Amino acid sequence: MKTLKITAVFALVCLISAFTLVKSDSGYQIGDVATDFSLKNVNDKKVSLADFKEAKGFIVIFTCNHCPYAKAYEDRIIALDKKYKKLGYPVIAINPNNPEVQPADSFELMKERAKEKGFTFPYLFDEGQKIYPQYGATKTPHVYVLQKTKAGNVVQYIGAIDDNYSDEEAVKTKYVENAVDALLKNQEVPVKTTKAIGCSIKA
Amino acid sequence: MRLLPLLLLLVNFSFAQQSKTTATEGLTPLKVYQDESVKIPSCDFKGLEPIFSQSDATTYVINFWATWCLPCVKELPYFEQLNEKYKDKNVKVILVSMDMPKKVETSLLPFVKKKNLQSEVIHLDDPDANAWIEKVDKDWSGAIPATVIYNRKERKFYERSFTYEELEKEVLSIINN
Repeated sequence: MKTLKITAVFALVCLISAFTLVKSDSGYQIGDVATDFSLKNVNDKKVSLADFKEAKGFIVIFTCNHCPYAKAYEDRIIALDKKYKKLGYPVIAINPNNPEVQPADSFELMKERAKEKGFTFPYLFDEGQKIYPQYGATKTPHVYVLQKTKAGNVVQYIGAIDDNYSDEEAVKTKYVENAVDALLKNQEVPVKTTKAIGCSIKA
Repeated sequence: MRLLPLLLLLVNFSFAQQSKTTATEGLTPLKVYQDESVKIPSCDFKGLEPIFSQSDATTYVINFWATWCLPCVKELPYFEQLNEKYKDKNVKVILVSMDMPKKVETSLLPFVKKKNLQSEVIHLDDPDANAWIEKVDKDWSGAIPATVIYNRKERKFYERSFTYEELEKEVLSIINN
């Protein structure tokens, strides 16, 4: 009976650690150091996080042209950039979709959308869909707030921009703003992860 | 310790005694959209929640979709096919639309009418998604399409697209379990 118990506990431990491994493979958790990248911006120039020498961190947003949720947030993303770029947290938008699967998210149409909406931030194309899986983004929009530290850009918040995609007026909690405000005050981010409905990334 | 089987039996019995309402009857919609014969109830998550915990003998196939979501629209015919084939075999397909509230009348109703969807369609109007996504399934990131298949014995969640064969196989595996 005792052997059985030990075996059971051992099996349980194995099972739990197996799940933990799977989990950490599927993208960043809070506290992980996020990878830098060199991706093509809508002005045809490559952009890396390392280019922003003065930044204290980044609001990295996986977003795209076609998704209604992404569109619903475009104005709010511009407002985030306007508010936080000067405080050291610029918005870096990345389109993770493969245009062969979702033609509305082609690089040419990204250029058009950025111009139409007057994007104030880099809108990068994840060519070959290599960066978003490392972050673990699953949908658009999907936000990662990174804090620049000596160890690298540390993930401090993952999730939604706020708690109401359909009506900006009805927003009660601005998750991303609260996270960046806390980091600017050297405080702990109050809500570190949230979930939102979004369009699955088309790879 | 000897009481355990008896206790389990009692618990089982009390579950079996729960109401046998159908999914629609259990709903408390905020409003009902209608265009001629097409009727779509619109609920917040609280109003929708009972459809995830029915305890009758039915196997429920609940798909989250939207008219603008390409992979969702692509797999809709498979859910319709499943509904048609198994509706007399205690399987119920429910299509939960995530269309924006202001698009229900201009996009969702016309779509359901044009495609002549036979499965039950419910509109979910609850923008504070962070408050309810994990109530559907803790592994759901929030991306659609997503599907829950459950009956009183088993429950599975899928954040993925299906072919008809894959969908039927999953449903059968749950029915035959």
